[in-house]
Amino acid sequence: MIYNFDFGAVLAYWPLLLEGVWTTLRLTLFSTVFGILVGAFCAVVRTGGPAWARWIVSLYVEFIRNTPLLVQSYFLIFGIASMGIRLPILLGAVIALTVNIGAYTTEIVRAGIESIHRGQLEAATCLGLSSTQTYLHVIIRPALERVYPALSSQYVLLMLASSIVSSVGVEELFGISNRIQSETYRNFEIFVVLGVIYLLLAVLVRSGFALLGLAIFPRRRTLGTPL
Amino acid sequence: MNSAYILSLLQGLWATVVLSVLTFLFGGLIGFMVGLARISPSWVISRGAATYIQVLQGLPLLVLMGLCFYGPSILGYNSLSPLVAATFALTLYSSAYLGEIWRGCIQAVAKPQWEAAECLGLSRWQRMRTVILPQALRIAVPPTVGFMVQIVKNTSIASLVVGYAELSYNAKIINNATFEPFLYFGIAALMYFAVCYPLSVQSRALERKLNVANR
Repeated sequence: MIYNFDFGAVLAYWPLLLEGVWTTLRLTLFSTVFGILVGAFCAVVRTGGPAWARWIVSLYVEFIRNTPLLVQSYFLIFGIASMGIRLPILLGAVIALTVNIGAYTTEIVRAGIESIHRGQLEAATCLGLSSTQTYLHVIIRPALERVYPALSSQYVLLMLASSIVSSVGVEELFGISNRIQSETYRNFEIFVVLGVIYLLLAVLVRSGFALLGLAIFPRRRTLGTPL
Repeated sequence: MNSAYILSLLQGLWATVVLSVLTFLFGGLIGFMVGLARISPSWVISRGAATYIQVLQGLPLLVLMGLCFYGPSILGYNSLSPLVAATFALTLYSSAYLGEIWRGCIQAVAKPQWEAAECLGLSRWQRMRTVILPQALRIAVPPTVGFMVQIVKNTSIASLVVGYAELSYNAKIINNATFEPFLYFGIAALMYFAVCYPLSVQSRALERKLNVANR
């Protein structure tokens, strides 16, 4: 059996594909920003908070890390809908992705915070820094810098995993391709095109993180050495 | 709450476990070869393995599922059953990750061990089999157990493109009938947790145990 590939039929839908790419990138951007905020906060609580708060955070982290994203997004998005609250679907997806990535970020940042040497904290006390200053400049920033490579690969994975929220009806790149699929019946070609786009996106997001790293961690830029 | 629903969820859990075990077996087998190929002295082989890993780590699992599901029928084979297609996709996916993990473990074996084995006149194969791999195995156990958690979680996607009925699929079907998402997805999440959490704990415990020297 000879199969005639017809990529033209799929590529003719390029405006839709572009729209999907844009939605995927927006989803990734928002969940990255909120994810890092949630993760950094939870990591600080987990390393230095009161016992009950630590317990809550570790419960959150363990539960999210040991259940699949798909079930989490079903639970959150269908759950919120069943309570009668109507959210825009994109917002629901960002919430689900943030809740998910926040737990992974917490673990990564916690490792960074635990790697900060005691001497640094003592030096901060000697310099008379307030505890907020100590946290911001002596703990969180160097911690983030140290775990930055791990964080950026986790967020590339998040971009790829955002394809999962298509199953709750978000029209990001993967979701929009379902529409093309039902109009062209070119299943295999669509998945090939999607694969190429996602590979390019992965490269794009990875290099975006590398550039961002140079911008926010001057040490790497000026000295060229990791912390 | 209905006992038929619970039974259906349990059946889904069983399907999840079956798919995870198959994935781990085949993924481990191919991953092992990928890991060895990655450190091969031949430039072509190691470069090829590196490309394989890079490509598979840059694709969402859903896209890989689609390629594995629709690809074989284009090559003229009959369409694969959902279980076979899902196992195929997950095997490729996890082989890339396991290959990279195990390459790291093999290279983590102390350099003098490699040199000593070479000085003893062991062939490359003998050196691997009798000196390096037994030590690498020790290092590899905790991250491998940790990766099993990823495999179990990733099986949840097998229902989306391929249509393999596992736990999250059954939960969704039940939710469509009852519209009680908190209850049924909550139970499904707890079931996943019951499988994954012991693995996570085990992985951490093993890591601590193996890390005794550096404490």
